[in-house]
Amino acid sequence: MDAAAEQKYNFDVVRWFTVMATVYLVVGALVGVYIAAELAWPFLNFDLPYISFGRLRPLHTNAVIFAFGGCALMATSYYSVQRTCGVRIWSDKLAWFVFWGWNLIIVLAVVSYPLGITQAKEYAELEWPIDLLIAVVWLVYSFNFIMTLATRKSSHIYVSNWFFLGMMVMITYLHVVNSLAIPVDLFKSYSLFSGVQDAMIQWWWGHNAVGFYLTAGFLGIMYYFVPKQAGRPVYSYRLSVIHFWALMFGYVWLGAHHLQYTALPDWTGSLGAAVSLAMIIPSWGGAVNGMMTLSGAWDKLRTDYVLRFMIMSLAFYAMSTFEGPVMSLKTVNALSHYTDWTVGHVHSGALGWVAMVAIGAIYHMMTRTFHTEMWSAKLINAHFWTATIGAVIYVVAMWVSGIMQGLMWRAYDEYGTLAYTFAESVEAMHPYYAMRTVGGAIFLLGAVLMLINVLMTVKKAAGEGSLQQARTAAASA
Amino acid sequence: MANENQSKNLQEKMEKNIWLLLVILALALSVGGLVEIVPLFTQKSTMEHNAAPELVWQRQSGQTLHDHKPGDGMRPYTALELAGRDVYQKEGCYTCHSQMVRPFRDEKERYGHYSLASESMYDHPFQWGSKRTGPDFARLGGKYSDDWHRKHLRAPRAVVPESVMPNYPWLKDNSIEGVDMARRFEVMRLMGVPYTDEDIASANSELAGKTEEDAMVAYLQVLGTMAKLDENKVYRE
Repeated sequence: MDAAAEQKYNFDVVRWFTVMATVYLVVGALVGVYIAAELAWPFLNFDLPYISFGRLRPLHTNAVIFAFGGCALMATSYYSVQRTCGVRIWSDKLAWFVFWGWNLIIVLAVVSYPLGITQAKEYAELEWPIDLLIAVVWLVYSFNFIMTLATRKSSHIYVSNWFFLGMMVMITYLHVVNSLAIPVDLFKSYSLFSGVQDAMIQWWWGHNAVGFYLTAGFLGIMYYFVPKQAGRPVYSYRLSVIHFWALMFGYVWLGAHHLQYTALPDWTGSLGAAVSLAMIIPSWGGAVNGMMTLSGAWDKLRTDYVLRFMIMSLAFYAMSTFEGPVMSLKTVNALSHYTDWTVGHVHSGALGWVAMVAIGAIYHMMTRTFHTEMWSAKLINAHFWTATIGAVIYVVAMWVSGIMQGLMWRAYDEYGTLAYTFAESVEAMHPYYAMRTVGGAIFLLGAVLMLINVLMTVKKAAGEGSLQQARTAAASA
Repeated sequence: MANENQSKNLQEKMEKNIWLLLVILALALSVGGLVEIVPLFTQKSTMEHNAAPELVWQRQSGQTLHDHKPGDGMRPYTALELAGRDVYQKEGCYTCHSQMVRPFRDEKERYGHYSLASESMYDHPFQWGSKRTGPDFARLGGKYSDDWHRKHLRAPRAVVPESVMPNYPWLKDNSIEGVDMARRFEVMRLMGVPYTDEDIASANSELAGKTEEDAMVAYLQVLGTMAKLDENKVYRE
């Protein structure tokens, strides 16, 4: 129990964000498993517009990125900024505004996507009134974070906060520019940009939502929570400086590699691919920095389930930051683009890296902010294995189906005509779509175990009175 | 290195000064986007019709959108087509279908001539897509009959047994009569799509008695048919 921290910092808002992140992980993964099943067994669309694949897919991507990812980022950033600065969050009121505002946005998304209200720009489908709300809540979130840094007691700004800051600035740029649209009415607008310019701006957004929201933000998590959980300082300060600035400057350029061989001018795609290749170095630097933080304490992996999540996440991070640049190469991209390989790549990052590092941080924060141990350590271990096995099955299924698709589309028979019709390639995907659904379902099972564990821990804390004690005990530490 | 000390100092300063860190970050983060995006608006070579003006329909005064014949060049969508495009977006078709043919032999044989930037000049937003769970649509227009499309939309597996596409039976039941197409045209014109006053005036009446399915078929049938591309011409290096 840490009464001093409980009374000094605002852990209330952190607790709420933490629990909601767990809830949204289950929701987002559930929708994901369902739409995966729709592709394997299309009768599951049941001729209902509201649950048809095209409408639910944006709900899945937005739920995992913005609902789960967002709540995880807000919980971890507000938790670690207070602890690394030694001050309470700058404004409690604004912190609560962010919590309710963000959750309102999520509710609006859950309602509007099944109704078919969409801007039809991937990962940014929400219509303009919600986009405005996102901008306001995001700026308040960032402002409160920045003001906390400005009033810090520590002399230096800790490295995790640099990454969170980079995310906040870049996501503001991206969201504002990519969402520029002219409204027709409350539920419909048209993008201000058209065709090739719209495509480039969309993928500048699309890849940097990955690069800044899901990478920089979650690296912020890594740089605070891995050393904390391991009880050791970050392996190399110098490496983190290089990692940070190379990532900040370089990642922005990558979006163009999504448009290789399209009507985007060749120079733009090639530039994107060249910088993508160069990004292997800082990305691996970061992964090494995280993993080597454990050097001399590797034995902890045997007993510390939470640390396992974090190290596994770094292994996935290293793998997908190698795979990404390879896929941006023109020759590889010619095969991989438009196929399930891309989907597999995204999920090795999303399930393996983003979800696992966040899950580790959530377990860490649960014990620190509820001032008690997790309800069941066995369940954490079961979660670790289901998450890992589920992610691996998913990714392998998509690798096989993606490469197979790509090869079938370009295959010629001995007479020099196309060997397969498109429909034949669809038919060949069926076993892999089924396998993907199974992998996703196993991952989902782990998320459900986590939710049970989190809720039982909340109940346990209430039963023990640990939170109440921490709130009222005379601060001795 | 002489500037290592300097850069160390800068790093040190930034770690102690949140405002300096913010400003440097804001600058560093803006470079990539500016370099890659701004030239797309300014470089003439981005849009092929700057070198090949025949790609865009030169409308004579008094002509309506219906005077355009396939191959005359890119034109704004008719009211029914744009309504169909809106349904296409509403149903999330772009999550499984691309509209961007790449310059490969197999794509040429499967879909047709590679896509040009000018072909989506009036597309707010673009619908190039990123995934082909189903086939590409950039050159779909005219490949199948209207009747085929209706059957396929209502029950895809009735015509393509291997398909994993959802059935869209509700499209034929949803009327689009109430949609304010004139307002949508006006917004498009505001952004530079060359709709005339006459186009806007007649927009709503063109939807009389039409359903979402009618609109969707009209849209799918116009894809890739507006401009006639010359096999022997190099539009893009």
